[in-house]
Amino acid sequence: MVQSLTRLKETASQTAGPYVHIGLTPNYCDIGGIYPEDLGVRMVNEKTRGERVTYKMRVIDGTGSVIKDALIEIWQADADGLYNSPSEPRGKADPNFTGWGRQASDPETGVFTFGSVKPGRVPFTDGRPQAPHVSLWIVARGINLGLQTRMYFGDEAEANAADPVLTRLEHQNRVPTLIAPRTGDTYNFDIYLQGDKETVFFDV
Amino acid sequence: MKNERPETGGFFQRDRSWHPPAFAPGYKSTVVRSPQRAPISFGNTLSELTGPTFGHSLLGPLDNDLTVNFAKPGESAIGPRIIVYGRVLDENARPVPNVLVEFWQANAGGRYRHKKDGYLAPLDPNFGGCGRTITDEDGNYWFRTVQPGAYPWPNGINDWRPAHIHFAIFGHGFVQRLITQMYFEGDPMIWKCPIVRTIPDKKAIEGLIAALDMESTVPMDSRAYKFDIVLRGRRSTLFENKLEGN
Repeated sequence: MVQSLTRLKETASQTAGPYVHIGLTPNYCDIGGIYPEDLGVRMVNEKTRGERVTYKMRVIDGTGSVIKDALIEIWQADADGLYNSPSEPRGKADPNFTGWGRQASDPETGVFTFGSVKPGRVPFTDGRPQAPHVSLWIVARGINLGLQTRMYFGDEAEANAADPVLTRLEHQNRVPTLIAPRTGDTYNFDIYLQGDKETVFFDV
Repeated sequence: MKNERPETGGFFQRDRSWHPPAFAPGYKSTVVRSPQRAPISFGNTLSELTGPTFGHSLLGPLDNDLTVNFAKPGESAIGPRIIVYGRVLDENARPVPNVLVEFWQANAGGRYRHKKDGYLAPLDPNFGGCGRTITDEDGNYWFRTVQPGAYPWPNGINDWRPAHIHFAIFGHGFVQRLITQMYFEGDPMIWKCPIVRTIPDKKAIEGLIAALDMESTVPMDSRAYKFDIVLRGRRSTLFENKLEGN
């Protein structure tokens, strides 16, 4: 026998269920008067530095249907590539940018809309710059463990081609599933949960 | 214990044989919502090591009391009054202070205040069903609510969810983010539930069952249930050997 490592096990995940919005965006589902506004609906204010952009996302299931009961949270660096977090060692991020957003989808179209700024670059583990990206966490009925992925920017072809995460994917034909094309100031990102166009998800 | 130095060590890899698998056909909704390809791993960068933080000033005075936070003045929700409390720890058994814990649930009859819930049990006009709090310096949290009821759901022809409270917990890094459900000690519905049974290991299920705690119960007021939550641990910064610039 050897000494025990005496670690705890992580609490097991369970689905967020169909009524996740009661807890995380109550104003969205007409439960008013408990919180002044839903947390995470605004990431920027008039003083936020950087280029204003909009993300429009959809989540699509294995039958090709757009899911309307999901919830997405995003996390990204500010325009200078700094995270608004105590664990950011490189300097202080823009205090007028939260870096974190949470949205429910439009109940009719299933489109999630985030108003944000385009993030700067953040180093990989070996110090190389990563291409600008947004981290995503997706929960819904039928998803047992929140799905983690990233959105990269369609107008950053050069940075994307050298990105340490994108270049290490064995199946390079799956890289486009992580890249959102740009139209005007809007990036459109469709997340396919399953099937031929399945988005790359991460275990990080 | 104070959390004075920012933590920068990488997170322990998730044990995906402990969590429920994406595809678990007994829970029918997973069938077309489960990725079929393997997830991709890479070492944590600052994108994974950092995460949002929330100040205690965010909280309203009733945010952690669901018996009154939606009720008319002087009234309160109907149902068995309970306190739910516990600690948020990491896998190294260290407290996780100053993190937001959010929760939502059905009312005492098993009815959610949601337009898609068509269950015939009535809404409680004094019950909204959501609350939130932030852990203290030792990782403690607590809230007061009414015990939710079981309710039927369209999966099998006669499937009922056990009484449960949904929890969403932030850690200090975005990849610690966790959603789970808390069940109640002694509920026979737990072991019949297709959602509970997506979890392969009985010990992992037992980790979701809150214990009745008569010592923390407030006499003539509320019973207490203890529910500790464990988030991913992280490697010691002492062992990290990172290159310049990270």
